[in-house]
Amino acid sequence: MNDASDTLLLETAERLFRDTVSPPVLAAAERGEFPHAAWAALAQAGLHRALVPEGAGGFGVPVIEALGLLRVAGRHALPLPLAETMLAGWLLSGAGLAVPDGPLSVAASPTLTLRRQGDRWNLHGAAPAVAWGRDAASLAVLADVDGQAFVALLPSGAWTAAPGQNIAREPRDAIGIDTLLPAGAVAASGIGPVQLWAAGAAMRCLMIAGALERITAMTVQYAQDRVQFGRPIGRFQAVQHNLAILASQTAAAIAAGDIAAEAVADGIRLPAIAAAKARAGEAAGVGAGIAHQVHGALGFSYEHSLHFLTKRLWAWRDEYGGEAAWSLLLGQHLAAAGADRLWAEITAI
Amino acid sequence: MFSFTFAPPPAVPEAETLRAEVRAFLAAELADRPAIKRAESWSGFDAAFSRKVGQRGWIGMTFPREYGGHGRSALERYVVLEEMLAAGAPVVGHWIADRQSGPSILRYGTEAQKAFFLPRIARGECFFCIGMSEPDSGSDLASVRTRAVPADGGYVVNGTKLWTSQAHESHYMILFCRTGGSPDDRQGGTSQFLVDLTLPGITIRPIHALTGEHHFNEVIFQDVLLPESALLGTLGQGWQQVTGELAYERSGPERFLSSFTLLVELVHALGPAPSERAAIALGRLGAHLVTLRRLSRSVAGMLQAGENPALQAALVKDLGALVEQEIPDIARSLIATDPPTPEIERFLAVLNYTTLHAPSFSLRGGTREILRGIIARGLGLR
Ligand SMILES: Cc1cc2nc3c(=O)[nH]c(=O)nc-3n(C[C@H](O)[C@H](O)[C@H](O)COP(=O)(O)OP(=O)(O)OC[C@H]3O[C@@H](n4cnc5c(N)ncnc54)[C@H](O)[C@@H]3O)c2cc1C
Repeated sequence: MNDASDTLLLETAERLFRDTVSPPVLAAAERGEFPHAAWAALAQAGLHRALVPEGAGGFGVPVIEALGLLRVAGRHALPLPLAETMLAGWLLSGAGLAVPDGPLSVAASPTLTLRRQGDRWNLHGAAPAVAWGRDAASLAVLADVDGQAFVALLPSGAWTAAPGQNIAREPRDAIGIDTLLPAGAVAASGIGPVQLWAAGAAMRCLMIAGALERITAMTVQYAQDRVQFGRPIGRFQAVQHNLAILASQTAAAIAAGDIAAEAVADGIRLPAIAAAKARAGEAAGVGAGIAHQVHGALGFSYEHSLHFLTKRLWAWRDEYGGEAAWSLLLGQHLAAAGADRLWAEITAI
Repeated sequence: MFSFTFAPPPAVPEAETLRAEVRAFLAAELADRPAIKRAESWSGFDAAFSRKVGQRGWIGMTFPREYGGHGRSALERYVVLEEMLAAGAPVVGHWIADRQSGPSILRYGTEAQKAFFLPRIARGECFFCIGMSEPDSGSDLASVRTRAVPADGGYVVNGTKLWTSQAHESHYMILFCRTGGSPDDRQGGTSQFLVDLTLPGITIRPIHALTGEHHFNEVIFQDVLLPESALLGTLGQGWQQVTGELAYERSGPERFLSSFTLLVELVHALGPAPSERAAIALGRLGAHLVTLRRLSRSVAGMLQAGENPALQAALVKDLGALVEQEIPDIARSLIATDPPTPEIERFLAVLNYTTLHAPSFSLRGGTREILRGIIARGLGLR
């Protein structure tokens, strides 16, 4: 399924995820076991630092290619905080803070308050649904100080995590923070909360595109293998047309992922990310539904691995804003620009 | 395993200068064109407009200069097309020649055919129509019955073409018909001809659409003598040639912008601060268009690179028709049409026009079912 545009980095990721993420690993992750071996392999290849600029300890991978890793991760339902680690690294390096090693996560919430206390900072508050909040080695927190965004880097132990999960049983923990941080752990952020949210949404677009690619491949294969009425079910026109719809939704999600990646590379173009997340989210729902329909009861069983992907599609379409939220933003943007500028706005995306 | 290649559309910075030129041209040319005429999208006809577009060098842009073309890239051409459609320009006169007849002549034509047709097409003076469908051959195009039989000095053609858009405004048709072949080899034994529609024995009869408009026709061939020089490409290779033509026919911006004028009118009617429900619906349609535009430009890039993106083109057309057909349904659900202010009247006129035309969006150029069959084949299922 390698795209012609897949580079060495993406091929490496494809191989690495194929070797380290298996259905038992995915099932264990659902039970709350962090897949340390998979993380170690990923970290050894340096994939988690792909979005970190060269000057801050990264390898100078172009942003679009770095984000392409997430499409590959999506294909494998990677049960690791790769997106979150990339996001945290981007946030920290954007503020001139060092990017620590290990799995990272990000928290941003209006209820978090950051205040100077002598030559240190007090960070206090809570954030819901922090991805891998319990497993992260460090946490990058975006908080507001008198109307300006600041980033704080928290070492492990500086927060509590009450376990929670999304619909795919990926860790989404409620964290509580009340900690004193040294001055060097806090810096003004180059990235505001809306941009952070949008970058997260863009990442989900790429993950959705990858998961859809994979379920399309799986579903086409299944339709060729499963025989009923004396022939492969893929010979039935009704099934073929459903698969054609699945393929076209996947194509749309791939395009949305590409739009999103370019919008991040250009410094977070919000309308483009809004369009991408709204479209990819819709494709996720339609695609997952067809994949299940074609797989019959087998795909509804825990034993078959389709659900590791479809549950993630259902989770990711809602995370960092679902279709309604992003359609609203884009719709308000287009309406405000007005009828005479509608086309100009669309081509500008 | 199949692979999805939708290569990112290549960047063409020079296209943005071109875009500004086209926008300025259209703003001036179409200043007085009412919304209801813009809504005709690529079925609007205006021979004088087509000539002006030709004068600007925006027809046959990708043809070589020696044939009156402009040596521009497929993506530059794409910019012109999408700007024309978004503005609701009356392009149908030159559309078919620019999109498929010209490229087919360039690819398969003799030197004399290229030298004769291409400069005329590029000047916006020579319009083409598509002679594929027949009374008994729609989706099953290979079953055509119209036949050209070798005769003294050329071929004699008998048969009937149906649904031929713009035949009554066109100078030429590319005729797809039978020239031989046995019943078990339906696709072999077909050929294509460049037919001068003024030849004796050709009758063009209007067929009125459900709106009462005259866009398409029945074209009857009765002992029509075509010269030897009318054959396009190789005798017996008609099927290969015609299927190549369809990738051009299926992936362009006209496959998702047919209802664009209605979307413009919707934004107008909603005003700058619509309700949340309306903004969500509008944003969703915007997201679809943005994504389709990306896919469609990607196919243009693949065509330019000499690839054959037939599967991708079918995907674009299938997704595009769905959105084009959704736009009127969504638009009508968002606007209260009572009381009928002049603004609302204008919106309603465009809504009604688009509603009436929407059924054709998933028929013309290959039906939804046929496209999905092509996609299924691309997936390895057939
Ligand atoms: C506005 C408009 C303009 C047109 N302009 C031109 C033109 O300029 N030149 C030209 O040559 N033609 C033109 N056409 C004709 C167009 O190409 C045909 O309408 C199209 O190919 C379908 O053929 P048909 O209408 O005969 O439908 P049919 O082929 O009879 O199909 C009827 C229905 O059956 C379905 N169907 C058929 N076969 C299958 C199958 N194997 N599996 C599943 N479903 C199937 C179809 O999808 C459709 O829903 C135009 C059509 C329209 C509407």
